[in-house]
Amino acid sequence: MEKDVPRAHHDLGGVSKFMCEPVDVEPHALTDFDKEVDGLRAVLGSKRVMTVDELRRGIEAIPEAEYHRLSYYRRWIRSITDNLLVKGVITEAELRAALDRV
Amino acid sequence: MAGFAPGALVRVKDDWPETRGPVHIRTPHYLRGMRGKVVRRFGDYPNPEDLAFARPAAQRALYHVAFDQPSVWQEGKAGDQLLVEIYEHWLEPA
Repeated sequence: MEKDVPRAHHDLGGVSKFMCEPVDVEPHALTDFDKEVDGLRAVLGSKRVMTVDELRRGIEAIPEAEYHRLSYYRRWIRSITDNLLVKGVITEAELRAALDRV
Repeated sequence: MAGFAPGALVRVKDDWPETRGPVHIRTPHYLRGMRGKVVRRFGDYPNPEDLAFARPAAQRALYHVAFDQPSVWQEGKAGDQLLVEIYEHWLEPA
């Protein structure tokens, strides 16, 4: 296939350059980071701060090079951070201060 | 919209909202403009294209639509099918 169409970069179905490597279907362990991000997403959902649809939209908005470089849950935390900044739940100053403490 | 019955022949709209600004689209690029057959209607759900932007979201019917796989992927055996969930506003009668 491979029609020359204006697909979004996350819309990978059937794109031949992603069909060259076999898919690893073995289960793999989640890291503490992965679990923490997943937990954070669940709390934000149950508190009605943000939906999974907003999570997905934020993931899809990550610039292409960064999108392919980030792990699954790093994409999540990037989207969650962007959403919380836009909604004013956290400020950029608070985010920077928190990152400085890490 | 009137809705589609199981067995109805449909075409996925050959539309590219991606070119018109920030969007969240659940309809895969490789199906735009392709003909398929409605298998079942799941029910009505808030439109994720609006939910993704925290906008008020109208209810939209969601369908399972079957597509002939060889004509979509240029691979697979005759009779192989792709089964994809597609919202009604992406479908038109074919």
